[in-house]
This record gives sequence, structure tokens and C-alpha cells, in this order.
Amino acid sequence: MTFLLARRRSPWASAIVVLLALLAVGGIYALASGSMKAQATTKSASTTEIAKGRQLFLEGCSSCHGFHAEGGYQPDGSVAGPPLIGVGPAAVDFQVGTGRMPLAHPGAQAVRKEPTYSDEEIADLSAYIGSLAPGPAVPGPEAYDTSGVTPEELALGGELFRANCASCHNFAGKGGALSDGKNAPAIEATPRQMYEAMITGPQNMPVFPDTTLRTEDKQKIIAYVEAIKAEPNNGGIDTGRLGPVTECLLFWTLGLGLLISVAVWIGVKVR
Amino acid sequence: MTIQPHTPNDLPVHRPRRSDTDPRAAKRAERQVALLFLGSGLASAAFIVFYVATPLDDTIDIPGFGAVNASNLLLGVTMGFALFMIGAAAIHWAKKLMPDVEIVHQRSLHASDDEAKSALLEEYRRGVDESGVKRRPLILGSMVAALGLAGLPAIVLLRDLGPLPGTALKQTMWAKGTPILIAETMQKIRPADLEVGTLVSGVPEGIDLVMEEAGDTNELAKSAVLLIRMDPGEIVADQTPAGSASWTYQGIMCYSKICTHVGCPLGLYEQHTHHMLCPCHQSTFDLSDAGNVVFGPAARSLPQLAITVDDDGYLVAANEDGFGQPVGPSYWERP
Repeated sequence: MTFLLARRRSPWASAIVVLLALLAVGGIYALASGSMKAQATTKSASTTEIAKGRQLFLEGCSSCHGFHAEGGYQPDGSVAGPPLIGVGPAAVDFQVGTGRMPLAHPGAQAVRKEPTYSDEEIADLSAYIGSLAPGPAVPGPEAYDTSGVTPEELALGGELFRANCASCHNFAGKGGALSDGKNAPAIEATPRQMYEAMITGPQNMPVFPDTTLRTEDKQKIIAYVEAIKAEPNNGGIDTGRLGPVTECLLFWTLGLGLLISVAVWIGVKVR
Repeated sequence: MTIQPHTPNDLPVHRPRRSDTDPRAAKRAERQVALLFLGSGLASAAFIVFYVATPLDDTIDIPGFGAVNASNLLLGVTMGFALFMIGAAAIHWAKKLMPDVEIVHQRSLHASDDEAKSALLEEYRRGVDESGVKRRPLILGSMVAALGLAGLPAIVLLRDLGPLPGTALKQTMWAKGTPILIAETMQKIRPADLEVGTLVSGVPEGIDLVMEEAGDTNELAKSAVLLIRMDPGEIVADQTPAGSASWTYQGIMCYSKICTHVGCPLGLYEQHTHHMLCPCHQSTFDLSDAGNVVFGPAARSLPQLAITVDDDGYLVAANEDGFGQPVGPSYWERP
């Protein structure tokens, strides 16, 4: 206490007091508003949701996708944002929920990042896009619930994964390259996002509708992906599980580098 | 060619090491070597301790590296240290304390001298004479015949590469009316099941029975197909011959899944560019443009299977001869 008393007339004192006061006010506000947000969890595509979604869309999306989600074009005629009429709420929930939209910068394809919008805002946006034209709906929790998948079905999920997904996403779901800088990303998605990706075909991924890959088949695939993600990896660094090329590259550079430095040490003449 | 011998004068000036001139430095190097040997001994002892003490299922989390099996890591590191430090001590010993004198060792010519060469030649001629093959041509002749025949069994074994495939490379299971099933789940497909942008791996109905009977997957390796649906407006061309009914059904196209390069199963499909990539060598086929090769080593377009719907509305193959051409990679009679 004497430490503070002795310095209360220092030229810095007033500045520090103001800073502390600001931090306290800001912190209390953040806590209060956070708890307020947590209380507001209602769910149904009401007209207010659609209206809020439209407002969010106009602010955040319309510059590329057009004021009525009809799609937008660059001055040179190339597509700035594709039309979103009929893509369905599931596509919005996937693209915005995985942070791919809004796009950070134009490029070969959108990349996964921290979502910009809150869950509630994403629901509003989905409701708005869903109100424009029918499209795949956001699947309910029962659609991607994998708790009932038996070990036998898990094995079948593996067969389905290798038949439909592994050619692009790699047999361990670690992703792979496509043409012109595009790639199939490593599967970091939640079960719900995996389901949405399969029914909407984000970016250049083909569509796997429920008519060709039934809901129970998708559950098996999701269960399999979750299982291989949970697989213990006691070998340490897995070099992307991309196979011998990455491992060879690693040991070629690291291992041979080490051997060369030892050889150099042996050859150096001492003084 | 003569080899210019090195003389000691060619060598750089000899500089004595600090351990040669300063006894304290030499003593220090001696301690360093001993310390390295001691460290190796300690690592060996640690190996035994860890071998006894580490539970097999324990893992250690190394930042940036992930979870590693504790027993593997500790045993590997201790044994590695034990061996590495013996080597390091030996090198350090040699560099700091063992005699440090430059030695010139002249390289010698490797060719034999003329005397040795003529002696060998003489030896060979005497051997030929003593064997008597010049006087007894029957032995020489029968020996050459026996050696020649001994090579024949190896050639006869080549028959195991057969039998010749006959027409197997040219035909698949697909015939007029064969339903297309979804691979693995074996469901029949209606056109309405396929949205624009859908990709389905397909097989002919009855493939499971054929594979079971044959005991191999040869038929699957020929008749696997890819079914895709695209906006009919985006289709530039398909492989329908002039004057024939369209091979494409309402924007649904069916192509062989087998790459025409070396026969890998295709499957990397880009919905919007309609490019189908091969995972092996990146051959790229444009499925909206008659399956033509747009990139990579494949030499031929991807064969298209003519499809239509049967009376029950399911997708089936339309032509009696299936693809009408061999699928998959080139072979001797089909460059």
C-alpha cells in the first residue's frame, strides 16, 4: 500500500487510473452482454429471423452475391459471388459456420477459418437464404447422430468412405490436391458440417444427396471419420499421413542433414 | 598416362594442435573423451532402467511432435545416446590426442604387368589343350547342346504368364438393359435421385455374383463406372455417334471409372469445372466435353457408357456392346 501511496502524485498516476477504470467498465460490459447472448436461444425460421438474416446479408454478403442473392459479377464479367437462390440453408450453415464465408480474399477456393458470425446470426442468414427458394435444409441432430452405429456398420462406413471420399480427401481424411490450386481440405468438420457438405457439395466437391447416399450411409461415413480422427497416433509426428513421400521428404532433409553435419564435424581439422 | 606422385611439399603447412603444445589442453581433451564414454555408459544404464520401469502404454506429449509412446521414445533415445557417444568419444580422441602427422600414401597402378598377362594367356591355352576338346569334337558339341537345352525350362515357364486374354480385354459385363447400381450399397438408381453436381460410383447389376464365381475382382476392374449429373446447358459434347440416340440421359453421363493411362480408379471430381482427375498421375478428363483428356499422361478419352431408363424408370446401359470399346489402359493390340 505504501508503494501506491508514495507514487500517487507521479505524472503517470492519473493515466493508469483512467486505464484501469476503462478496463473494468469494458470487462463488466463484455461479461454482461455475453451472458445476455447466452440467454437468447430460440429456434424457428420466423419472419423476424428472415428479416434479421436479410439485414445481415445486405451488410456482409451482398457486395459479392448481389442485393437479392442473385449473384454478382466483377467489372470484367467474372463471377464475384455465385447466385444463392436455391442453395438452401444447409449450404449457408456450412459455408458461414466453417468460416469459409465471408471470403477473406479471392483465390482458388475459400479456406476454413474461425467463423465471423455467431451461431444465431448464421441461423438468421440460413433462414433468409432458405426463404428465397427451397434447398437442402440444415440437418437435425438425429440425422448426423452416430451413437447407434455398430462396429460392423463402422467397417461399412470405411468401405463407403474409401469408395466415395478417399480419392480426394485421402484415406485418412487428411486432404489432397486438385487442379489449378484447388484442394480437397483435411476433414476438420463437425458431424453436422460433414453432413451438410455431402448434401450441398461446397465449392468443387460433388453432391452426395440422400437419394444416392442414404442418411444411414452418411451416419456410417461420419462415424468412420470420427473414429479415424480419434485413432491414437503414438508415433508422434504423422507427416500428414500422406504416405511414404512425405516421410521420405522429412527423413531425407532431417536425417541426411544430421548425417552430413556429423560427417563435417569428423572431417574438420582441430586446432 | 603417368601419375604425378605427391610430395610432402604439396601438403599445407603443418600446424600443431593446442593439445600438442599445451599439456593442460591435452589433459582437458582426455577428460572430455572420458566424459563422453561415461555418458554413453550412463545412457546404457538408463536404457535398462527405462526398459524395466516404463509401462508399455504410457505416452509422452512432445510439443510440436504429438503424443509418442513413452517406452519407444525413452529406449530409442537412451540407446541412441549410448551408441552415438561412443562414436563421438572415439572421434574426439582421434582428433585431439592421437598422433597428428600428415601421411602421403602413393597410389599404385592397377594394371597387371606384361609378364603376368602372358603367363595367364599361356595357362589358358594349356588348359584348352589338356581338355582335349579340339581332338574330341563330340564332347564339345554335346556340351553346347546340353547348355542350350538347360535354358529352355526358363522359357517354357513363361507360359505361366498366360493364358492369352482372348476377348476379355475388349468386353465388359455391360449389355443392353443392365441396371446401374450404386457401389457398396447396391441400390438401383432413378434419374430423379441424382441432383445436378452428384457423383456416384456405379457397378453393373450382378457384379457380386460374377466376382464370387470367378474368385477375383477382374470384372469389377473393367466395369466400374462413374455417374454424374450436370446442367445439360453445360455439356459441350458427348460421345454419341452421329445418327444414334443420345448416350447422355437428361444431363446424366456415365463414364468408365478406369483411367485410360494405366488403369487406376478415377474419383477426384470437380463439380463446377467438370474435371475428373486420376489420383495416380493426375490425368484430367473433361466430362462435360466427351471425357477428353485436358491434362496428364492419358492418351485416350474416357469411354462413355450409353445409358437410358428401363420400363420401371431405373438407369440402365443402353447398348448391347456396353462401351463399344475396350476400357482402361492401352495394351499390345491397342496402342
